[in-house]
Amino acid sequence: MYTDYTVGAPVADHAAPDGPIETRWERRRFGVKLVNPANKRKMHIIVVGTGLAGASAGASLGELGYHVSSFCYQDSPRRAHSIAAQGGINAAKNYRNDGDSVFRLFYDTVKGGDFRARESNVHRLAEISRQIIDQCVAQGVPFAREYGGLLDTRSFGGVQVSRTFYARGQTGQQLLIGAYQALERQIDAGNVEMHSRHEMLELITVEGRARGIVARDMVTGEITTHLADAVVLASGGYGNVFYLSTNAKGCNVTASWRAHRKGALFANPCYTQIHPTCIPVSGDHQSKLTLMSESLRNDGRVWVPKRHGDDRNPNDIPHEERDYFLERMYPAFGNLVPRDIASRAAKKMCDEKRGVGPTGLGVYLDFDDAIQRMGRAAVAAKYGNLFQMYERITGEDPYQVPMRIFPAVHYTMGGLWVDYDLRSTIPGLYVTGEANFSDHGANRLGASALMQGLADGYFVLPATIGDYLADHHLEPVAPDAPEVREAERAVAERVDTLLSINGHRTVDSFHRELGHLMWDYCGMERTEEGLRKALDRIPELRREFWNNVSVPGSGAALNQSLEKAGRVADFMELAELMCLDALHRTESCGGHFRAESQTEDGEAERDDEHFSYAAAWEYTGQGQAPVLHKEQLTFEYVHPSKRSYK
Amino acid sequence: MRLTLRVWRQNSGQEKGRLVEYEVDDASEDMSFLELIDVLNEKLILRGEEPVAFDHDCREGICGACSMVIDGVPHGPEKATTTCQLHLRQFSDGDTITVEPFRSVGFPVLRDLVVDRSAFDRIIQAGGYITAPTGAAPDAHAILVPKPAADRSFAAANCIGCGACVAACPNGSASLFLGAKITHLGELPQGQPERYERVVKMVAAHDEAGFGGCTNSGACTEVCPKEIPLDVISQLNHDYLAATVHGRGNG
Repeated sequence: MYTDYTVGAPVADHAAPDGPIETRWERRRFGVKLVNPANKRKMHIIVVGTGLAGASAGASLGELGYHVSSFCYQDSPRRAHSIAAQGGINAAKNYRNDGDSVFRLFYDTVKGGDFRARESNVHRLAEISRQIIDQCVAQGVPFAREYGGLLDTRSFGGVQVSRTFYARGQTGQQLLIGAYQALERQIDAGNVEMHSRHEMLELITVEGRARGIVARDMVTGEITTHLADAVVLASGGYGNVFYLSTNAKGCNVTASWRAHRKGALFANPCYTQIHPTCIPVSGDHQSKLTLMSESLRNDGRVWVPKRHGDDRNPNDIPHEERDYFLERMYPAFGNLVPRDIASRAAKKMCDEKRGVGPTGLGVYLDFDDAIQRMGRAAVAAKYGNLFQMYERITGEDPYQVPMRIFPAVHYTMGGLWVDYDLRSTIPGLYVTGEANFSDHGANRLGASALMQGLADGYFVLPATIGDYLADHHLEPVAPDAPEVREAERAVAERVDTLLSINGHRTVDSFHRELGHLMWDYCGMERTEEGLRKALDRIPELRREFWNNVSVPGSGAALNQSLEKAGRVADFMELAELMCLDALHRTESCGGHFRAESQTEDGEAERDDEHFSYAAAWEYTGQGQAPVLHKEQLTFEYVHPSKRSYK
Repeated sequence: MRLTLRVWRQNSGQEKGRLVEYEVDDASEDMSFLELIDVLNEKLILRGEEPVAFDHDCREGICGACSMVIDGVPHGPEKATTTCQLHLRQFSDGDTITVEPFRSVGFPVLRDLVVDRSAFDRIIQAGGYITAPTGAAPDAHAILVPKPAADRSFAAANCIGCGACVAACPNGSASLFLGAKITHLGELPQGQPERYERVVKMVAAHDEAGFGGCTNSGACTEVCPKEIPLDVISQLNHDYLAATVHGRGNG
């Protein structure tokens, strides 16, 4: 159909056992080879990233007795961006007696992902969800509690049970501090060696296996090599390819992209999540977007004026002249429809010129009814810190006037392809958390990212990585092995190149332009025409970057322009792959909405006959046509149906 | 808005620093303070100068990375607000604003506004955790936590580890940070077995890092972006006395 890529051999997961899904994980755990404790001490594992997936993995591997080296670009592992997750973490505890179960969480997640995730992985995630809550409580995570001392829960989008555990609007912070403290305990015990302010710039592969990384010390600029028996990437998502997103400023794709260039397949790069409730952009200076937790949709009502161009103060618009469009369009789920659906509905309102605020790119999220029903104090107890954050940023008091919200890039479901063991296509390279592609299909449900990060790091990876280590008797890699030298040389050369271009544009100006392109053509709505435009423009922009970027300063010191330049260079390559993936997938599914593939009433139309697969892309060289490897998805337990929330 | 910035520039910990004056004439009141520095940095790069180095990441007030002293106050003039959440509507057209790094013996300057706060990690390593290896946990509902204790624990666990408390303290003490962790873990039933051993080890790590003693000036809680209450320091002192003078926790 398109000539920009070729189709290669299919890829498949061989790690998950066949048979009843309820016992697959138990059988896999029994099937993995074990490493005896004395041997674990001799084995060295590198973990890149210290968010929920990386900190939990580092701590758990250290507890098992492995020798772990942990890396993060922040000044402390505690600052990884998992910390900003607000709303909560799902678990199929059924403490509410409202009909929840492992199977229901599994079902909701497969359906929420629009039938584009692997059933085995999702079922395991639902099983493990219960253990995660136990583990976190034992660590002292201060979850919200009822007066009787039991844990409180709330509802989240896309589900009809109350299974989300939370710690006010700071659940990610509290879970990460729990994992961070467990990691620090292992650092003190000598099992984990921590490298803060270090950025991974290259993966070292020897005889096809992942055997280490090359990192840059961000304070001294020193390029250092770290060798190991296995490498775990827990380096997060790539939402910052859009420049503006809810990600932290430092979040980047470099670790994943370097691994992709060394042979790891990158799956479903076009699956990005646009979160419906973020604070709208206020001007060109905008450096990031701030999320307002989905939990607000439990009590807030989303609306726009019925009349076009109605610019009255929202409090002067009577109820009957307001269009509570989510409640109108989706009566069964109302304001709690999944994120992709809520985002597109908001966009539709703005496209119809009924958007609000100075730019017309916004809709109201109104707590007036909630305040009348529950009282201001109860609303403040539930959402106080979010209201405060909103007021600080906008200068408006959400107790008095409705919040204005607009969708923003929030999460990326795509990532490096992994099998059931979380192993990438490079032996010895494992990928956990947002950095992998495995569990959320084409759309992630709220409060599931924290669940997945911790499931991978605390429970899945520590069980599966031993199978690889026990099975392969790896000889130590010599520090001067040709593969090591080559990786070091490549890193040094790239740093030197970036510093010597001495052009006339800043890194940020390239990043902003790339972000605009991606938002316009590979954002909430994608068309063949737009994607082709982006695919024309991105290589030009990339060439301009390498000829005209200005990176002042030296490589042998703390140099934040240099750090950004390396990341933006990798985003440029990723952006092209995202657009190609979006172009090839002519169906709509989850967060990937192709305007050409919609139902009469504007809902996403899947094409199961042609696209019921994960698209895993192989790198063949910069600007070269990649090779598409398809992982066919089979649904034995949740039969693909039209995803309806009406 | 037109603003004059006096910014601390220092190439490295080994070199001397100084305040350098810059003009930004196209600031807007909707900008965050860090966006103001972004705008300044873009200008500097285009002029061929090195941009101002500063720590920042989430830019939504929760990661604790940003660390500037603005007109003499850590995180600036707005109460309960990190620098990244401080917006220019707090300032007026024509203002001159002085921007310096968090200063303390425990936080050596690395470059410009970037300081080394790894001492906080070492304090946590010394005992700021509950020993609960992965997989060993009982069912979450096997542990009941009365709501008042859970709430007090949460209020302390709110600490983002930014270090503003240290930067504000006349003695360079990290007692608010330390007290917050002691209170977070000490209020919970899960935190009891290690409670007294924890406080002794953490206080030792605090002192070893070069942080000073607490004289209850209260400057820390005034600048704390998360409004960690001063009584966490009372809790710290209480537990420390119980452990050392009364020998609690020694079997």
